[in-house]
Amino acid sequence: MHNAIIRLLAAILLAMPLASLSYAADDESGTPHYPKNKPRHVSWSFAGPFGTFDPQQLQRGLQVYREACAACHSLGYVAFRTLGSESGPHLSADAVRALASEYIIEDPDAPDGERPGRASDVFPDAPPYPDSNPPDLSVITKARAVERGFPTFIFDIFTQYQETGPDYVYSLLTGYQDPPDGVEVPDGNYYNPYFVSGTTLAMPTPLFEEAIAYAQNADDNPDNDVPETVDQYAKDVTAFLMWTAEPHMTDRKSLGLAVMIFLIVLAGLVYYTKKKVWAEVH
Amino acid sequence: MTQSTTADLGADAPDAETEATRRDFLLIATGAFAAVGAAAAVWPFIHQMNPDASALALSSIEVDISSIEEGQAITVMWQGKPVAIRYRTAAEMEEARATPVDDLADPVARNDNLDPAAPASDENRSVPGREQWLIMLKVCTHLGCIPLDEAGDYGGWFCPCHGSHYDTAGRIRIGPAPENMAIPPFEFLDETFVRIG
Amino acid sequence: MQHDYFPRYEPKTAVGRWFDSRLPLTRLMYDSFVAYPVPRNLNYFYTFGGILSVMLVVQIVTGVVLAMHYVPHEDFAFDSIEHIMRDVNYGWLLRYIHSNGASMFFLAAYIHIFRGLYFGSYKEPREILWILGVVIFLLMIATAFFGYVLPWGQMSFWAATVITNLFSAIPLVGENIVTWLLGGFAVGQPTLNRFYSLHYLLPFMIAGVVALHVWALHVTGQTNPTGIEVKSKQDVVPFTPHATIKDAFAMTVFLILFAWFVFYLPNYLGHADNYQKADPLVTPAHIVPEWYLLPFYAVLRAVPSKLLGVVLMFGSIAVLFILPWLDTSRVRSANYRPLYRQFFWIFVAVCIGLGYLGAKPAEGGYVIAARILTTYYFAHFFLILPLLGLFENPRPRPASIADSVLKPADEVSGAPAAAGGVAAPETRG
Repeated sequence: MHNAIIRLLAAILLAMPLASLSYAADDESGTPHYPKNKPRHVSWSFAGPFGTFDPQQLQRGLQVYREACAACHSLGYVAFRTLGSESGPHLSADAVRALASEYIIEDPDAPDGERPGRASDVFPDAPPYPDSNPPDLSVITKARAVERGFPTFIFDIFTQYQETGPDYVYSLLTGYQDPPDGVEVPDGNYYNPYFVSGTTLAMPTPLFEEAIAYAQNADDNPDNDVPETVDQYAKDVTAFLMWTAEPHMTDRKSLGLAVMIFLIVLAGLVYYTKKKVWAEVH
Repeated sequence: MTQSTTADLGADAPDAETEATRRDFLLIATGAFAAVGAAAAVWPFIHQMNPDASALALSSIEVDISSIEEGQAITVMWQGKPVAIRYRTAAEMEEARATPVDDLADPVARNDNLDPAAPASDENRSVPGREQWLIMLKVCTHLGCIPLDEAGDYGGWFCPCHGSHYDTAGRIRIGPAPENMAIPPFEFLDETFVRIG
Repeated sequence: MQHDYFPRYEPKTAVGRWFDSRLPLTRLMYDSFVAYPVPRNLNYFYTFGGILSVMLVVQIVTGVVLAMHYVPHEDFAFDSIEHIMRDVNYGWLLRYIHSNGASMFFLAAYIHIFRGLYFGSYKEPREILWILGVVIFLLMIATAFFGYVLPWGQMSFWAATVITNLFSAIPLVGENIVTWLLGGFAVGQPTLNRFYSLHYLLPFMIAGVVALHVWALHVTGQTNPTGIEVKSKQDVVPFTPHATIKDAFAMTVFLILFAWFVFYLPNYLGHADNYQKADPLVTPAHIVPEWYLLPFYAVLRAVPSKLLGVVLMFGSIAVLFILPWLDTSRVRSANYRPLYRQFFWIFVAVCIGLGYLGAKPAEGGYVIAARILTTYYFAHFFLILPLLGLFENPRPRPASIADSVLKPADEVSGAPAAAGGVAAPETRG
């Protein structure tokens, strides 16, 4: 008898919130939720427990950043010296110095208040942009990890899916399209259903087919040529920005493997010891 | 620690001696394995106090020396410490060279660009071909104060903290300081720039 | 708890005796963590106290180390975190341990609390022990909140704004209290600096209350899954090695879960917006606290009245203080309380449901659902628990802990003669 009452109560208790939730789901007239389109999945080299960055891709991404993004977006937490990182873009020391010296760095100690960049400097601020404030891109792939929603976020714990941020950036860069009928796009804005806080944004599409001639394609070896497409540019610059956001990712994952193996062996040893210790009790 | 614990365990079950021995072995093996892990885990906590990557990136600096005239010196900061870059006059060098190495309190050159055992002759306080330039950590080797320029009994440096006198080659002559002031690693890149570090 | 089941500390050397007669520290440690008797039938849910102690140490040690690199200044706090993540040796590891450690700390605390609820650990004579635990929980929430502000990201800043503004609901002096908390008229440099100071202070206060909590525990002894007190040496095993090694195993497994997050999902439990530097001009579209505070956040938003929402939110924790006197049943363990056991699991589901709703926008059906669950949350404490003790018919319990372990379960329940003395329903009614 008691049990029947409790089951009934539990059922009502569960049903009422569920009913109100479905009401919430129907309630499209409420606050709209963005991004309108979920980010598209890309198969990234750095995904998963054994993922690593592809230095070639990061170097291409660096080139895309410099040619397509840097006019408006800064990279203020990234020091030139880190571009030499073996698990990152892996530029040579000379290449790092040469790249740094292409930038002008403000330095109150320098004779003219500015000097050529050195490896120890960070990327200088992008020139100020009128009427808007393009975000710094150093950690953008972590800052734009849009929510995955129930129940996907539970599965993500087991699949170790951590690439919402890069998927988002890639989707945004490749997601510009003509607005559907009946959608008003304000002046100076552009329609993109992948944008995190609306369907239009002030940034025009930054990438165009064949707009960037990859340095990698300029050598005599045709085997390492990559297509010069918007899709490829977007992937490369996103991978680069994932590296700028998480430069120690490879260290983290490889140390993680060692720690995991250690802990599992330790757990086995402790468990066996525990069984021996408790053997006489049970 | 482990021994006293296992001794207690043995006392608990005296009738099952082999069982207790096996358990002791397991305990020790598990404890040792865990201790190795704990020791490894300590390292990040220690290493985080070492200079970080941004500090290490500043371990070498390039200094423009083209505007320094003979008899003048500038002081630049390198790794948070002052480095004196002095374009010495012939008279200063003469004075330093006239001093026999045997008279020096510290007979070793303390020059990172040379053999660690090189004697503290005036030539060994600079690099070959650029003997006029004295590039030296201007930090008293006694307790780390900053000596005054062109002061003291030997016309070099004088440390006001505890009265150490250095000569025109930065060598300790009188006072509590045990060593000549250190010469950091440096390299003349061209007529204009010298890289320290 | 009787303490003579296992040989007490006996200094073996002259130095040991000399020390013991002047400061019996070794004696205290030995008698508390070696010879101390624990019920032999504790299950793995009872290992979370030990896990929590370790987590507290992990958080304090990583926190002290992070404080060596962190700068509590509105212009540099965010940058100093990035500096830690990029340049400090192993800085990324220390920071991820600390930020995920907070979540793991709460996860362990929740399991610990719900274990206490299930096995009636709050009941006489353990009321003080329980109340000290609730105090620790409150201190943990405060510490976590202050810590969350320190990275000075968007969520940090707006969480600080929203949470401090809760106090503006207090009549008459509310606004003044908020200004006093903030050290200004909005969250700013004074706020950040004092939150940093408090974030450093509170963990040591937690450690102090934990010492009291453990002291109180050692006075009354552990509960156990039967809810029956220890009666003889047959019921107990010495803390070391038995409980120590069992705790160590549970700890290691817990560390595997912890490492899973630190090394492979370090940002999973955090909020992406906190990788954006604080901007006092732009509120994030959707402000949410960390997952472990979501149920309370849902209670706050379920109520249309500002003051009542705040009162209920604090009340949802404060009710735990009086829980020992709300539960009228004298039977401790839910294993022998068929009705309470079901209500317990409903309560767990309600708390998880509130957590889910706390993450959702406060609109439409979500608010209605939150109201239903909030009502149930309080009904559980003020209606169900008092009434259950009066009407519930508990199942027969074993005569002793040793009986429950050594005899098969059907024999215990099927032999009322053995458990005759305790088989009758026990209520206060």
